Amino acid sequence: MTTTEMPLRYTKEEYIQPPHGFCPGCSIPSALRWFLKVVGDKVILLMPPGCASPSVLFPKRSLIYQGRYIKVVATPFGSAAIFAGGLKSALIARGDTETQVVAWAGDGATFDIGLAGVSGAAERNDDIIYVCYDNEAYQNTGNQRSSATPWGGTTTTNPLPNPKMEHKKDIMSIIAAHRIPYAATLSTAYPDDFMRKVQKAKGISGFRFLHILTPCPAGWRFPLELGVKVARLAVETKVFPLFEVEYGDTITIAKEPKGLPIEEYLRVQGRYRHLAQEQINVLQSEVNKRWDRLQYLAKYSLGKGCFV
Amino acid sequence: MIKVITGNEAAAYGALLSQPEVVCAYPITPQSQIPEKISEFYAQGLLKGKFINVESEMAALGYVTGASLCGVRVFTATSSQGLAWMHEGLHWAAGARLPIVMANVNRPFGAPWNLTCDHIDSLAQRDTGWMQFYCESNQEILDTIIQAYRIAEQVSLPAMVCLDGVYLSYLSESVNIPDQAKVDEYLPPYDPQFEIPGGTWKLVDIHPPMKGGYDLFSPTGFMGDRYELHKLESRCLETVVKADKEFYELFGRSYPPVEEYKCDDADVVVVCVGSAVGTCRHVINSLRNRGQKVGLVKMKMFRPFPKDLVRKVLLGRRKVVIIERDLSPGQCGIFFQEIKWALNIDYKFTPVYGFVSGLGGADITATLIEKAILYTIEQELPEQEVIWLGLEEKKISDDYDRNAIKIH
Repeated sequence: MTTTEMPLRYTKEEYIQPPHGFCPGCSIPSALRWFLKVVGDKVILLMPPGCASPSVLFPKRSLIYQGRYIKVVATPFGSAAIFAGGLKSALIARGDTETQVVAWAGDGATFDIGLAGVSGAAERNDDIIYVCYDNEAYQNTGNQRSSATPWGGTTTTNPLPNPKMEHKKDIMSIIAAHRIPYAATLSTAYPDDFMRKVQKAKGISGFRFLHILTPCPAGWRFPLELGVKVARLAVETKVFPLFEVEYGDTITIAKEPKGLPIEEYLRVQGRYRHLAQEQINVLQSEVNKRWDRLQYLAKYSLGKGCFV
Repeated sequence: MIKVITGNEAAAYGALLSQPEVVCAYPITPQSQIPEKISEFYAQGLLKGKFINVESEMAALGYVTGASLCGVRVFTATSSQGLAWMHEGLHWAAGARLPIVMANVNRPFGAPWNLTCDHIDSLAQRDTGWMQFYCESNQEILDTIIQAYRIAEQVSLPAMVCLDGVYLSYLSESVNIPDQAKVDEYLPPYDPQFEIPGGTWKLVDIHPPMKGGYDLFSPTGFMGDRYELHKLESRCLETVVKADKEFYELFGRSYPPVEEYKCDDADVVVVCVGSAVGTCRHVINSLRNRGQKVGLVKMKMFRPFPKDLVRKVLLGRRKVVIIERDLSPGQCGIFFQEIKWALNIDYKFTPVYGFVSGLGGADITATLIEKAILYTIEQELPEQEVIWLGLEEKKISDDYDRNAIKIH
């Protein structure tokens, strides 16, 4: 779909000031950095427990813009979307329609413990941006299985010989089924596409959902310097396609993947090292199925839906 | 304006008159009339704030917590399982010093399921840092909610206004609904820019780990914060007393945190909570007519625990009778624990008789209360921590059954 979009505008100033508490090689700081560069400093971040909230608050607060702290609220685990909705209501009651209220939550807080809250906020179409940074397990607590962990992956609660035997929860389909104004998948390997989507989300009101894949060297077990490469391979192998969903039924594939074989993505990660060829084939066929469905939905998109 | 309304409607009117800007609640028996009535006010344009339906009690409290972080006045209501579902958020709201006011309609937890009155749901939240007030009548529910906003906003702590499920929530009584102008005089608009111990209240950025040097994980920082919270709680009582005094001056009604009824010359004092207090008053009158020197204490406030007031009225009495609708299984009644503790601070002995009664809505009748008082007068010393008052007949099968004191 071709739309007339605003040229990309973002500040050259930095929002993350060291020292911060993220692990070496983590992809989340890049995501936060690009996100805030576009969204700006009129923002309140609601962070449930996860990798991000302790890392931007400890050892000292590291989200700072022009000498002022970016407002961060460390919410209970399942409550980021809920707090965000309430906060936005209060801002509107006090006449502030400008400040962006952002829930910044991991996959555990989104796919698992906070799903009811995310669904509730989406159903009410609360005017917030919900960002899910997805590192496919509870990485902050040391890599335990979440429902975002892919089939065949090992975690500390799925150690060998019992890798996860369930496929990753299709969160984008769940979110899209709420027919919210905007949902998109973002990758830390494609900054232009990333920031374009953030800017698009910023310009829309209502519930906006951004799903970012943030490769985790510690949990996925790959060398520290390969974060961007792993993120790129996830897109190019169709494991994590980049697409946008408007009003639940207008689906646009933002980047046509090269369609590399899934082995290329799997073999750089220690969590998949045990997989035999037939197991790799299982993952490949699941990825193919999901990609075919996505292409089909994109082709037969209906156009703007219920909120228009 | 005098109207005949239920306890739930009284809670809704109390909230309406306090003019919250964000109201959020999730239905649960026996509380559902509260969100229904408030959404009716909202639909009629009487409620200037916003009413939002949410997907759970956790969301109801979370939503108003988010709003309260921005410095607006908020209201929510729940009961029983719903309150338990909020438990995590209760701690969070108190820790963040948010003056949220919530009505809780008392009902026990399942299993087994029960929909009537029992105070265990709110008493189980006693360590969350929320103030707790218990009501005797529908008028008191309405008035307490208005008072609770004033107190909560002055001390910057959340407050729970508890009303008995079914016995008050569904009971219709005539209630004097005060004029908005008069309530406005008592309860000025919420302006959260004020000093609290430890610094200035700042919008949004007030989550305790973020103040005091941003030491998110430091044990010393956390302990310092709990010190401040405890100090705040300890200073609540004077605010509560003052708020009640000023309420009396404007509206002519008063609800002291620990109310004395015919206690002056009383040898035996009964302590009671909630709607059963009314029945107790009747029994005290009747026993007084028969020459017994008995009095009554109504525990209006439970958290922070008004220990000095409790000691002032109960210490040195010949006997104290506690009749309560809750039980900490394996221990005893919760009011019994707390009052006994308050009376033992300086090791003076006051005999306290703890009666557990009316669990899950069982009726605490005047006859039962009278039997409890007469039993106490006859007994030299309390023999057990739990005396079962109004328990249905049980088959005797072991030593506990043989030894337990049961009064029918």
